[in-house]
Amino acid sequence: MRKFLDRHWYAYAMVLPVVVVIAVLVLYPLAQGVFFTFTDINEANIANPVLDRAATYVGVGLRNYLNVLSGDSSYGSFWSTLVRTLIWTFSCVFFHYTIGLGLALLLNREVRGRAVYRVLLILPWAVPAFISAFTWKYMFNAQYGIINQGLRAIGFDDPPVWLGQNDWALVAVIVVNVWLGVPFMMVALLGGLQAIPADLYEAAEVDGATPWQRFRHITLPGLQSVSSTVVLLGIIWTFNMFAIIYLITGPNPNTRILVTYAFERFFSGASRDYAIASTYGVLILSVLLVFAGVYRRALRKQGEVW
Amino acid sequence: MTLDASSLQVVQPDRKPQRRKSRSLGASIGLHGALAIASLIAVFPVFWVLVTSFKPDARAVETTPKLFNESSVDNYVDVLSGDKGSFLSWFGNSVLIALMTTVIAVFLSATTGYAASRFRFPGKRPLLLSFLVVQMFPFAVLIVPLYNILLTLGLQGQQFGLVLVYCTTAVPFCTYMLKGYFDTIPNDIDEAGRVDGLSPFGVFWRLVLPLARPGLAVTAFYAFLTAWGEVAFASAFLSAADESKTLAVGLQVFVQQNRTEWGHLAAASILVAIPAIAVFYLVQRFLVTGLASGAVKG
Repeated sequence: MRKFLDRHWYAYAMVLPVVVVIAVLVLYPLAQGVFFTFTDINEANIANPVLDRAATYVGVGLRNYLNVLSGDSSYGSFWSTLVRTLIWTFSCVFFHYTIGLGLALLLNREVRGRAVYRVLLILPWAVPAFISAFTWKYMFNAQYGIINQGLRAIGFDDPPVWLGQNDWALVAVIVVNVWLGVPFMMVALLGGLQAIPADLYEAAEVDGATPWQRFRHITLPGLQSVSSTVVLLGIIWTFNMFAIIYLITGPNPNTRILVTYAFERFFSGASRDYAIASTYGVLILSVLLVFAGVYRRALRKQGEVW
Repeated sequence: MTLDASSLQVVQPDRKPQRRKSRSLGASIGLHGALAIASLIAVFPVFWVLVTSFKPDARAVETTPKLFNESSVDNYVDVLSGDKGSFLSWFGNSVLIALMTTVIAVFLSATTGYAASRFRFPGKRPLLLSFLVVQMFPFAVLIVPLYNILLTLGLQGQQFGLVLVYCTTAVPFCTYMLKGYFDTIPNDIDEAGRVDGLSPFGVFWRLVLPLARPGLAVTAFYAFLTAWGEVAFASAFLSAADESKTLAVGLQVFVQQNRTEWGHLAAASILVAIPAIAVFYLVQRFLVTGLASGAVKG
């Protein structure tokens, strides 16, 4: 034991602050959040030192989970919201990745003005997300927005009401999120491309490989570990992406995903139902953990250690 | 170490791109065309806000778009003079909260990033894995307990409470990035320092930290942006008084149900975006994320 401490004490001393922060600010709240899902906690019965009021919420067993999982519309129609969340997540990440990869491949060539293109293409990343949300909300305005004016100008006389109570609203927020997320993927994949040794390509060229073969057998395998990481992170971030939908369409049920509904329950409405909000949080976390587990197993099968 | 693949690290950028000896004219046009269209899509929204920011609110919603329409700097004057809500206090709050978050997060994560990069110790793998898992936590599961904790501590509605909350997201992420950067600094430097009689802390403090300055700068920038643009916690945890809002919350007053003051909103947006963009371009050349180099090392 003595020897063990002698060997490792400085490592532990350096790690300690972060462990404390994570324990106090993440793990403890997480445990408490899970506990809240078995109670009926809300604004009226939470402990409030300002009002000098003790907590009066009581345990309700599994009732919150049963209510939410029943898919009842007064509890946010869990299943259809989950499906919408999955559509949102996978279409966003799919376009992030494909567009990001395409642009990274273009930027990885010797092209005049490469630095300028790179700077311009990164711009959406540099603008704070809430500013982008307002910007696109303005551009998607059905009557005066530049997007519909453009559509009318090229002959669509009856362009969609983008942010109304229909599925176009979901399309609109996906477009915005794709615009926002492409630069990150592009930069990450560009880093990946630059790490692939150039002699591999030269050797392949000498052997007479076509461009497609080079892409298929050198580029894609070379990018695999970068890709698996950024796609996983992208899925997690998009699944939990809140600001865009909240700021652009607000409580519109056609763009409701799990996180935005949880926030609705937490923040708006007279009742401020913290228990249901927490229940949603725990369910979201469970979905993501299951997904990450499956993903990891799939990677491992391909010989990728992660 | 396998988890290296997940580190978003910063490395020295721009190895020479692949050499292409010659390219046909058609391919050249296609390449530039694709890049130009993509750049246009990337830049246009920002450009359009800039154009709108000079128009009066009533002219911002005309049925035929024009570049100039009674344009003037009135919107900027209104916003800065505080006619439209206390913009300058929101700005101050955002800067203060983001700076505090940055300092605390970078300070805490530097030591851990170093330890994770250099030392083998029992529990290292679970620790790194937990940072990844923390990324998965939706704020929805933490928001109620954090609200509860802040209420108990008397920090609900206080700026410092919000800073603590932001650290939950910033610290694990910063640790990862800094670990990635420390990995790119050769271990020989540490060993030389140890031979010369420095303690492990001395090596970290006197040798590695100064060398890691670019990495620290980019990490700090990430932490800053996290706090600068956050909406959910800021909406929920700051008091409703106008002067205590951050920009992300305050700017929502321009987009009320019935009257949206697009001209003013655009002007305020530009004022918020300019500092972020400026700093972004100062650090962007370090931003080639070394996801790949981490992964290649295996």
